[in-house]
Amino acid sequence: MENEVLLEVQHLSVGFESYNARVEKVFFNAITDLNLTVRKGEIVAIVGSSGSGKSLLAHAVMNILPDNARTGGKMYYKGELLTPEVMNRLRGRQIAFIPQSVAFLDPLMQVGDQVVGTLGEKARALQQKAFEHFGLKQSVAQLYPFQLSGGMARRVLLSTSYVAETEMIIADEPTPGLDLKIAIEALKDFRVQADQGKGVILITHDIDLALHVADKIAIFYDGRVVETADTQTFRGDGQGLKHPYSRALFNALPQNGFNLQRCPKCGATCATWNVDEEGMRCGCGDS
Amino acid sequence: MAILEVKHVDFRYGSGPWILKDISFSVEEGERVAILGPSGYGKSTLAKVIAGYLKPAGGEILWEGKPLPATGFCPIQLIYQHPEKALNPRWKMKDSLEEAGVPSEEVLTEMGIQEKWYQRWPNELSGGELQRFCVARVLKPETRLLICDEMTTMLDAINQAHIWNFVLAYAKKHNMTLLAITHNRYLANQVATRILRIPELNHVEVDQSSL
Repeated sequence: MENEVLLEVQHLSVGFESYNARVEKVFFNAITDLNLTVRKGEIVAIVGSSGSGKSLLAHAVMNILPDNARTGGKMYYKGELLTPEVMNRLRGRQIAFIPQSVAFLDPLMQVGDQVVGTLGEKARALQQKAFEHFGLKQSVAQLYPFQLSGGMARRVLLSTSYVAETEMIIADEPTPGLDLKIAIEALKDFRVQADQGKGVILITHDIDLALHVADKIAIFYDGRVVETADTQTFRGDGQGLKHPYSRALFNALPQNGFNLQRCPKCGATCATWNVDEEGMRCGCGDS
Repeated sequence: MAILEVKHVDFRYGSGPWILKDISFSVEEGERVAILGPSGYGKSTLAKVIAGYLKPAGGEILWEGKPLPATGFCPIQLIYQHPEKALNPRWKMKDSLEEAGVPSEEVLTEMGIQEKWYQRWPNELSGGELQRFCVARVLKPETRLLICDEMTTMLDAINQAHIWNFVLAYAKKHNMTLLAITHNRYLANQVATRILRIPELNHVEVDQSSL
């Protein structure tokens, strides 16, 4: 019996409206027809190419897209339709978000206070515990974001989800800039929280780290999920993976040989190939 | 003879805590050295000191036995972790790419840089595409030592392998020396001939450089 569905994303599309030099409206589609399900107690890792819309998905769920964004499709949280009003109520209370960029910190506020946020002084002790947990000195709480290194700022962002008692966590690239020990520690935390019944979406490039903790891996390319695979299929030579792009991604990892396929005709590596539902091929015109 | 000598280098920002204290090592021509170290230990600061962007408070950096030349194309080039911060947002891609001369045809083809991207602004390309421009513009005969500061951490595995495979092949062909700063020991094993661990200094908690 599978656990209760926490978040269900159906046929999500995200696009942006803008104006070109002749003041004509142009529309650019970033995500098309995306489906994703997250259950209680489950970590779903999202991996895929840079610029494939992974962060946009997170922002669409959290309803923090810029004003010129247009979304389609439906999202449900515990069976309830996720409208902007519902999201504004849930955000930070039921669903925690760890943003990718350190620039999401308020530059004019001490980071300790940012972690405490609107939870009030009762969360101060939790903040101190979180800092200790992630190896930050307590004096860091009095610093401003510009005084932190990339890794320290990342740990401050992780602390924000540590203090909030939410049912779901969406973590957008929580590990770059962290050394291995802290990165593993952070991911283990997600596992612990998932085992307590939370749902976690983990957006990451560190496939090998994600494999240690995730239950399912969704592989993104160009605003679509090309494949959702069980963690077990990411083993050996990756032949258990269905889509050629998933296999290419797996084989390109440094520990898996760092290999890229090349086009037999023009020699371009698969980093420049086109990917669609059926497979991937070079754009030079050869099959 | 060592092509790069880092001798007893100390560094701190303003009157803040010491970020680097008595760092010494040397690199031979054609070597590929990886520097591994925990977050906040001053790896990026060290990269900037070696490349000449920051002046060390003590000690010296010697290039072929002499201080770095103050003018002309610097033989030490640095590639940053964040390509979007390394490009002028108000310059079209072509201008950034060709700022110090047009890269060779070989580099442009291998990096998969498309001409239709030339007239775009940096915010109209993905991180992987921007980083290809950043790499292409420094792969010149004048570049003798390339410092890659977390060059591919923001990229997916395919783009990472693509960029690294090409940089490694280029370095081999043109006898270019590499200094790679990374957290990823698998990557370090894959690209480096020698791995240095940054000494455990007084643990530095303030590092403004990476912001």
